[in-house]
Order: sequence, then C-alpha cells, then structure tokens
Amino acid sequence: MQQTRSVELGTGLFVLLGLAALFFLTMQTTGSNTLAGEDTYSVTARFSNVGSLKVRAPVAMSGVTIGRVQSVEFDPVSLEAVVVFEIDSRYDQIPDDSDASILTAGILGSQYLGLQAGGSEFSLEDGSEIQFTQSAIIIEQLISKYLFSSSSEKEHE
Amino acid sequence: MLRDIYFTVVGFLRTFGALQLFFLRLLVNSPHIFFGRFRLVVQQVQNSGTLSLVIIMVSGFFVGGVLGLQGYSNLARFNAEDSVGTFAAFSLLKELGPVISALLFAGRAGTALASEIGLMKATDQLSAMEMMAVDPLPRVLVPRFLGGVISMPLLAAVFSAIGLLGAHLVGVNLLGVDAGAFWQQMQSTLDMSDVYEGIIKSVVFGVVVSLLAVWEGYNAIPTAEGVGRATTRTVVISAIAVLILDFMITAMAI
Repeated sequence: MQQTRSVELGTGLFVLLGLAALFFLTMQTTGSNTLAGEDTYSVTARFSNVGSLKVRAPVAMSGVTIGRVQSVEFDPVSLEAVVVFEIDSRYDQIPDDSDASILTAGILGSQYLGLQAGGSEFSLEDGSEIQFTQSAIIIEQLISKYLFSSSSEKEHE
Repeated sequence: MLRDIYFTVVGFLRTFGALQLFFLRLLVNSPHIFFGRFRLVVQQVQNSGTLSLVIIMVSGFFVGGVLGLQGYSNLARFNAEDSVGTFAAFSLLKELGPVISALLFAGRAGTALASEIGLMKATDQLSAMEMMAVDPLPRVLVPRFLGGVISMPLLAAVFSAIGLLGAHLVGVNLLGVDAGAFWQQMQSTLDMSDVYEGIIKSVVFGVVVSLLAVWEGYNAIPTAEGVGRATTRTVVISAIAVLILDFMITAMAI
C-alpha cells in the first residue's frame, strides 16, 4: 500500500512538473526583472515615432543599462507616442534637460532608449518629462530619402 | 536476385501492415484500460516518465547552455547577441526539445519496455496469461503504451523549459546579454504556432517510440539473444523513425 502511494505521488508530481513546464513555455513571461525589488522612479518622454520599441526594453546611458521601458502608448490628443520608463533610483543625478533617443543595438539588434546627458543643474525626478527627444530612425525612410535625393541631384546636373 | 528483392519488399510490407494492425488493436483497447484500470497506466507513467526525468533535465540544461554559448559567439559577429534568447527558444521548442527528448526517451524508457515485455515472453508469462484466458495485450501492452504516450510530451516540455533556463544562465548571467532583451526579443518573435508545432511533434514521437518499443518486445524471439536484439532494434528503428517524421512534420508546418 505504501509503495502504491509513493508511485502515485511520484507520477502526480511528474505530470504537474510537465504541465508547469508547458505553461512556462506557452507564457514565457517570467523574465528576470533586474530592477525588481529595487527602488525606481519613472520618467515620461514623447516621440513622434517609436519604431519597434517594446515594453521592457533597456534604457541606457553611455551604453550602460540604467532602467527599463514600462509602457509604450499612443496619445490620441497630441498624436504622439508616450513612453514611460523607470530608472534605478541610484542614478538620481541625471540632468533634467537630457535628451532621449531611440537607438538600435547593432543591425539586427533590438531597439533601446538612449539618454544623452544635458547640462542643467536640476535632475530628473519621479514623474518628470523629457523635453528633447529624437524618434527612431526608420531604415526604409532613410533609404528612400537617399534614393530620391540622389536622383533629383542627377536631374539638376 | 530478383526473388530476393521481391521477398524483402513483401516481407517489409507484411511487417509494416502487421504493425498497423497491432497499433489499431492498441488504440481500440486504450479507452477502457485508461478509464477502467487507471492504476496500471499510472504505474507505467511512473516507469517511463518520472524515472526518465533526471536524464531529460540534465541533458536539457546542458543543451540549452550550449545553445547559449554557440548562439552568443556566432550572433556576436553581427552585433546581434541580444537575439540569443530567440535563437535558443526557436531551436529548443521546435526541434531539439522534441527530437532529443524522443531519442533519450527511446534509449531510457523504450529499451526498458522492450526488454521487459520480451523477458515476460521468454519466461512464458504471456503464455501463462493466455492459458488463464487473460489477453495480455490489454493487460500488459496497452498500459505501457499509454504510459509512454502520456510521458513523452511532458518530458519534451520539461526538456525545453530547462533548456531555456540553461540558455538564460549562460547567455545572461555568464556572457552578459541583457535579460530584458533576451526575453523581449523571444516574446516578440515566437508565437503560439511555434509552441504548437513542438507539442504536436512530441505527441507524435511519443506514440511512435512507445508503439515500436511495445511491438519489438511483443515480437521478440523468446531467447536471451532475441530479447537483446529486440532492445537494440527498438533504439535503432525509433531513432530513424523520429528523425524522418521530424523532417516530414517540419515540412508540413512550413
């Protein structure tokens, strides 16, 4: 009797583990939040185009990750994309006139939010908004710009 | 010469046909064993599933780790090391998870099934059951078949999940890929159809490997040598069948 019970217990645990693994694979949402549990403050920035910036993308300053994108939404009134991101509160000395741009890590890499330090005496704090932003560079637009400008130059010659 | 070819072809077709009939008999007997004698099935899930967990988890972890290393070093040439999560998830979910689990499952559980049934036959236990008017097929073969069919998809899922954790450990904690980029790229690239493809593969492989193991054991020549050959054939034929079917399912899914 004791043995049957342990067999049933083992099988039950195995099936549960398998189903949990299946659930994990289907959801794949776990992700390790490097900022979880740490203090953060959130800052807003508005862009005319965010490219393919996604929630949880890194926020980097001088190439070092200092925070994460919290949400990317579209504001129907100002017709702009509103990006809210949180910065580790260890970095509370960032000038409030710093500018934010959406950059791509490598050619195939994912997009991230890059901050460039400004010169203001005041620093960013919870709820503040970044004034100077630069939208994502869309490669297709660049290419078409280049193509059309070179062809119009030829016409002038 | 021609005669030989003729008999080989006819012999192959006869074996193949007999295998299909055997499969049908297993299927017909499956529902009433599953609902009526669930205990027997639980016992076999324990034998072929729970006891295979260690080999599956260890292999999965290291396969995932290797994917992390290889993916990182090759993607870094294109400055795309952030995609290592996508790379590992694609490989694990669609190919390596189901295929390697099936091969390991054939080696760990398939051989055990084949030799157990073969020895039952060699020691006349199956004949003894027939003498008592108990059909050994539902009582002995069907629970073992069902146990394998239930275990295999779960083992493949565990393999892929542990593999992802291994890839995460190597890619993020060891080589310094950003954790957010690792998961975010993976989530934006993969969709449910990729997960389904892996699940379908693991179910098909589970059915095929269990069927072949039970079949080889049941048809083993009842001697020590015959049982040994049945075990070997189980691994060889399962491996070939799994790899060919993997190609076919992938071709159908694309």
